[in-house]
Amino acid sequence: MDTRAPGCGPDSICSAAGPVELIYEKSSAGHRGYRFPRLDVPAGDAGAVPSALRRQQAPRLPEVTEPVVARHYVALSLFNHHVEKNLYPLGSCTMKYNPKINEELGRHPRFAPLHPEVPSELAQGMLALLWRLGEQLKAITGLPAVSLQPAAGAQGELLGMKLFRAYHRKQGNAKKTVLFPDSAHGTNPASVVLSGFTPRQIPSRADGRLDLEAFSAALDDKTAGVMITNPNTLGLFEPQMVTLAERVHALDGLVYMDGANLNALMGLSRVSELGVDVVHMNLHKTFSTPHGGGGPGAGPVAVSDRLEPFLPVPRIVRTEEGYALDEDRPDSVGRLHPFHGNVGVALRAYAYIRSLGADGLAAVTRAALVNANYLMRQVQDEWPVPKGELCMHEFVADAAWTRKHGVRNIDVAKRILDYGFHAPTVSFPLIVPDALMVEPTETETRATLDRFAAVLREIAREVRETPDVLRAAPTCTCVGRLDEAGAARRLNVRWEPQDGRDEG
Amino acid sequence: MSYLGHTPEEGDRMLAAVGISSVEELAAQIPAAQRMQEALDLPAGLSEHELRNDLEQLGRHNYDPAATPAFLGGGIYDHIVPALIDALVSRPEFATAYTPYQPEVAQGTLAAIYEFQTMICELTGMEVANASMYDGASAAAEALLLAVHATRGERVLLAEGVHPRTAGVIATYLDGSGVKLEHLSARDGCLQPEALEAAIAGGGGAVAGVLVQSPNVYGLLEPLDRLGPALQAHGRGSRRPHLVVSADPLSLGLLAAPGELGAETVVGDVQPLGIPAQFGGPTAGFLATRRAWVRRLPGRLVAEAQDAEGRRGYTLTLQTREQHIRREKATSNICTNSGLMMLRATIYLALVGPQGLREVAEQCLARSRYAFEKLAAVPGVERVYAGPFFREFVVRLPQSAARVVQRVYREANLLAGIPLERLMPERERPHDLLVAVTEKRSRDEIDALAMALETALG
Repeated sequence: MDTRAPGCGPDSICSAAGPVELIYEKSSAGHRGYRFPRLDVPAGDAGAVPSALRRQQAPRLPEVTEPVVARHYVALSLFNHHVEKNLYPLGSCTMKYNPKINEELGRHPRFAPLHPEVPSELAQGMLALLWRLGEQLKAITGLPAVSLQPAAGAQGELLGMKLFRAYHRKQGNAKKTVLFPDSAHGTNPASVVLSGFTPRQIPSRADGRLDLEAFSAALDDKTAGVMITNPNTLGLFEPQMVTLAERVHALDGLVYMDGANLNALMGLSRVSELGVDVVHMNLHKTFSTPHGGGGPGAGPVAVSDRLEPFLPVPRIVRTEEGYALDEDRPDSVGRLHPFHGNVGVALRAYAYIRSLGADGLAAVTRAALVNANYLMRQVQDEWPVPKGELCMHEFVADAAWTRKHGVRNIDVAKRILDYGFHAPTVSFPLIVPDALMVEPTETETRATLDRFAAVLREIAREVRETPDVLRAAPTCTCVGRLDEAGAARRLNVRWEPQDGRDEG
Repeated sequence: MSYLGHTPEEGDRMLAAVGISSVEELAAQIPAAQRMQEALDLPAGLSEHELRNDLEQLGRHNYDPAATPAFLGGGIYDHIVPALIDALVSRPEFATAYTPYQPEVAQGTLAAIYEFQTMICELTGMEVANASMYDGASAAAEALLLAVHATRGERVLLAEGVHPRTAGVIATYLDGSGVKLEHLSARDGCLQPEALEAAIAGGGGAVAGVLVQSPNVYGLLEPLDRLGPALQAHGRGSRRPHLVVSADPLSLGLLAAPGELGAETVVGDVQPLGIPAQFGGPTAGFLATRRAWVRRLPGRLVAEAQDAEGRRGYTLTLQTREQHIRREKATSNICTNSGLMMLRATIYLALVGPQGLREVAEQCLARSRYAFEKLAAVPGVERVYAGPFFREFVVRLPQSAARVVQRVYREANLLAGIPLERLMPERERPHDLLVAVTEKRSRDEIDALAMALETALG
């Protein structure tokens, strides 16, 4: 099988001069790309804005026509890898196919332009949709209440920690620490600190799972709770989470579950059965809303009864007169989002869950498990997977063996780009320093997985025989490996015209 | 519907090929006691056609935005969205990519972020801007946290004109940080320099930062030209309280860059720049500050870089500030930006350019002034504030604003504004109405609103 990706030859979009241009560099004085309606009221008088508050010099924005803007951003777009181009096995990020119908519905003229401050009776359809999404997420997690406000998974974590705080305050508990395993996402400890708790990292067992005894030894009456990712970032289910949760609850502590990997549990296990008080869900992962080049996603949380009173306002409630917003929640942590969270994302997730239904979602999880295990077994002779015989939705291969050839996991990642695939995650989990974290997702076919496996085997051969090729990779992308250290040193974070000093 | 890569039978064959007996063997990684015994309690799935009908039916229970001229603002504005924006951001190359961890295959996203950072610096008069935040409210909260960390101050002051929803998000973010949050009352709807100085001098600890929103929640322009100097007099060097300005980026086509008026950090929401209302989200926030604070910036930041052959590219930079490297020592827990919404704003600014941005801001000013005069001439309607405003203003009605809004909607199919009570119930201003007028509101629509108000009040 030919595993080589089409490269960027001299005639392609990647010219040697540096192919990535900026819209500023296409600017031409006096050009405009958009015309506003004619002003049909009297022009404002100059005194309407005091001169001290008026802008004296126009901002430097590009001056370009609409066709130039169109061509520029189409050109930029072609430099991106994306899900519709090829496999995007970025572990933990769940880069699955994003259905087009959900995008069409996201632009629906009765939803997309809806203003959030209309009387509730004028937005009953929208409120019903959000309420229904809450019901869907309750059914999937088994937990009794949901807030859609968090704009991202990390904001869901932040909310989770705020809920910990509010609960313990109400109980009169003097709690201080939040425990988490060393396999955790970096957002976990950062969220703990932002909420005024002290993070405490607990080493995992040699098999990659949480160490129940080490956790238990660290628990005391100052423990506010624990944050557990399940399945964890190694793609392994944490069967002892339930026992840990019992011990945490015995001290009136709380259990946060990082639900980044909820796509591995749908129809298999309910979060509520795992002893969880609060879980965040990444709608852009499990429920297929587009990642958008880095957002917007959405990170709703589901909570147990004991945390329900503390959820942010406003709450969307169903009454006999219809759907309404409830602001009268004395124990609430307050407001997390100015309105109702990333509703445009929630709508797409609703559409996804509605279109798949109970059986469809369960099939998603099963297919994700099949694909991950199939791929793992295809490559593990060359790329050992030290933790776990089987995996859930993703696996972490260890590239440590390449070091003796003078090659690091980042070199492997860059070489994968040359073959037209996106690279796996390489920056974590920290407990596998040379990690290649691979998540194929359920939407990939066997043929694609076979091609990717063949590439990984070919790269293993290159590591042994031609390691220089990896260190020089990528060579088939529009720019070569970028000097990130040099970029941080020189730190140019905004465009300036060539004669920038003169213009000031 | 299904988007699976294989049928169940193919899945079985795949597993057999790698020595796994069945899907059940995979599922058994979860102990039986933790397994679901029954199916998910959800309805059966729908075909694409059925799903479209489902949304269609729900949509009928919403007002019809296309047929209902709206004078609603309060943080989400009804501006024109150029057609090109949807066409470009719908491209899978932008929509289905993720955070540019591998810059060599993400130059499109990275270059657009770099353009955005530049445009935000230009609008705000600041030296560095990040790749965007979730929304304007969380950007404001993060800017104040930056001020707290930079100055080690213990108090944060919020001007009365800060949108109460933003103030609410800030309160949630700061809870647990040990920082005291204080609210500064306005006179004539705006923060007065004397009040600011008195609050800083008032004791109770060093002030880390002051948040001022302009145009503020009443639509009024805060006297930034006098607030900056008032702060300059307090504290020295790195301990000087930060003036954090929350600005509307569209207004900055016309209004002075806050950076030129003494702001240390400028934040805001780019929703007016080509992002539909979407019931309030998603939008994107921006955060721009002085170069001195670049290592304290929350969120993603993109820098120019070179490859070995000297070709120019772009990459995420200073990642040691961020949670995936620094974990508990990170400047924030944010791990994405609001990429696609940021891209919308970038394309918008590229399309309209400097003249277009100035024109749209001037149109908002002219149309809102026209509307203000028209509405104030309706018998029983009073002006509330005398100061300069942008796009949005408050009028006082002789009766409940919420009831009038409903009557005007029923009788004239217009959304007259937001009852101020909805935004700030504790201030007991049930007769005040917040009216926003963008470039989309024609003279006919404004005249119709004045007439409908007159009828409703008659």
